[in-house]
Amino acid sequence: MNKVLFGRKAVAIEILLIGAVLFFAASWITDFHISEGIRAFPAAICWIAQNMVPKASSLAKLPKILSRLAEAVMLSIAVTMIATLLAFFTSLAGSRTTAWKKGAAGLVRMFAAVFRNIPDVVWAILLLFSFGQNAVTGFLTLFFTSYGILTRAFIETIDEVSQNCVEALKGTGADFLEIVFQGVIPSAMSGIMTWILYMIEMNIRNSVLIGLLTGSGIGAMFDLYYKRLEYGVTSLIIIAIIILVLTIEYITDRVRKVII
Amino acid sequence: MTEEVIWRPYGKLRTEAVPDTWVERDERGKIRVHGKNRAEKAVAAVLISLSVLTVIELVWLAGIPVDFKKAAGQTLHNLSIVFFQPRLHYASVTEILYQLLVTFCLGVLSTLFGSVLALLLAMGCARNIADPRVSGLIKGFAAIIRAIPTVIWVLIFAVSAGLGSVAAVIGLTFHSMSYLTKMYAEAIEEMEEGPIEALKASGAGFLPIICQAVLPTSMRYLMAWTFMRFEINFTNAVAMGAAAGAGGIGYNLFMAGDFYMDLHEMGFLTYAILLAVICLEKIATKVKKNAS
Repeated sequence: MNKVLFGRKAVAIEILLIGAVLFFAASWITDFHISEGIRAFPAAICWIAQNMVPKASSLAKLPKILSRLAEAVMLSIAVTMIATLLAFFTSLAGSRTTAWKKGAAGLVRMFAAVFRNIPDVVWAILLLFSFGQNAVTGFLTLFFTSYGILTRAFIETIDEVSQNCVEALKGTGADFLEIVFQGVIPSAMSGIMTWILYMIEMNIRNSVLIGLLTGSGIGAMFDLYYKRLEYGVTSLIIIAIIILVLTIEYITDRVRKVII
Repeated sequence: MTEEVIWRPYGKLRTEAVPDTWVERDERGKIRVHGKNRAEKAVAAVLISLSVLTVIELVWLAGIPVDFKKAAGQTLHNLSIVFFQPRLHYASVTEILYQLLVTFCLGVLSTLFGSVLALLLAMGCARNIADPRVSGLIKGFAAIIRAIPTVIWVLIFAVSAGLGSVAAVIGLTFHSMSYLTKMYAEAIEEMEEGPIEALKASGAGFLPIICQAVLPTSMRYLMAWTFMRFEINFTNAVAMGAAAGAGGIGYNLFMAGDFYMDLHEMGFLTYAILLAVICLEKIATKVKKNAS
């Protein structure tokens, strides 16, 4: 029986079948027609090749684009650092190895799960109501989502990495601060750094979406020229984003290699 | 030389060869228990420079004329309406559930297309099975596609394909494809050399190597990454509904928030999404546990 269901060939056929069923069901529900998709795709590529080319006149907007991008980078760094600081303290309370009460750890985890899973769209709309269209709204939106993600990541890191040395320190009678500074921080540091770098990258990418929703920063600028059908400037913004993201990826990759 | 267990602050316990008589001492003649190594210095340098940039940014943000006290109070008030008084005015519960299903299906479709394309690309760019020149080319291509945020892809495709599921699916697929290409390639590169070399030595072609060695050994990782991407695609599909009018529950959210300004309705929608995402996360952790 097991061989019939879990043999190599059977698994392959099962995966194909499940994939096909999912495909047809999902296409039907979303009103997506694969023929339309296949037809639209080359047309879209042709359109991109023809229209998404910066014109000489759009170069005049370059300084503005670059300053918006610099703003996005600075915002992402600040958001990540502050979220890291707060998430680290939260994760100390939420990790099973360092929590002072086991029940409290579960509560903190639940709190973090709710925080993390509220979509950024909801944060963006809510904060837009009270803070208006400016960088502060973008900052807070990115902050709330980063905080949720980092808290979960740090809890996992601390649970994974620090358990043995925290136990050893507890055995010697070390107090909470000693455990944190001598045990948790040194052992979890490389994990935390990896997450900081990853989060900065992700926030820079996300800032386009958040900017679009909250009407500030590089996202709003993209939206403006996109809606005005000025595709020269739009494409220049996209190219600038590509170069920025690739550069940041390169830098974080180098730093990661030195650190770990 | 003897083997000795060395404890590095930023690493695991490891054995390293150390000279017999050499002991590093600090200026007071004490034996140094944790000397600053290169990694430690780099961590400190990165943290300090990031903190300085953070302070500069915060000073700049503080210059923006926002009445923080009033705005924070208002945010709390709005949050309490969203979370404690969720109510539907404009849509029925069944319609919300249906829109949730639409978003779910957008995620399914883009993950399916993305994973099939990514599997093909990953076979062309995993370093242990592919031609190095082709590998570099595909990796570069994937990196450029990945650098463009999903929302921009959806908006670009919306111009020629029109707003709707086609633009949303193609846009979401593009980003998933390049993301999964990277992850799949890494999973394939991490597998043991043995089976591939054995098959190569016996004269097996590219396809048998893929079907007999690569796929069976890395299948669990590929499935785990695919499911993780599905989770991301679901939340992305919500965002695309709101930011690019791509349909699904995200669009309801956008209408409730920016059009009707109905916080009660937003509360209900938030709970619906929250429930769906938490369920997906629970399943994802199970899948991840199976994979490792």
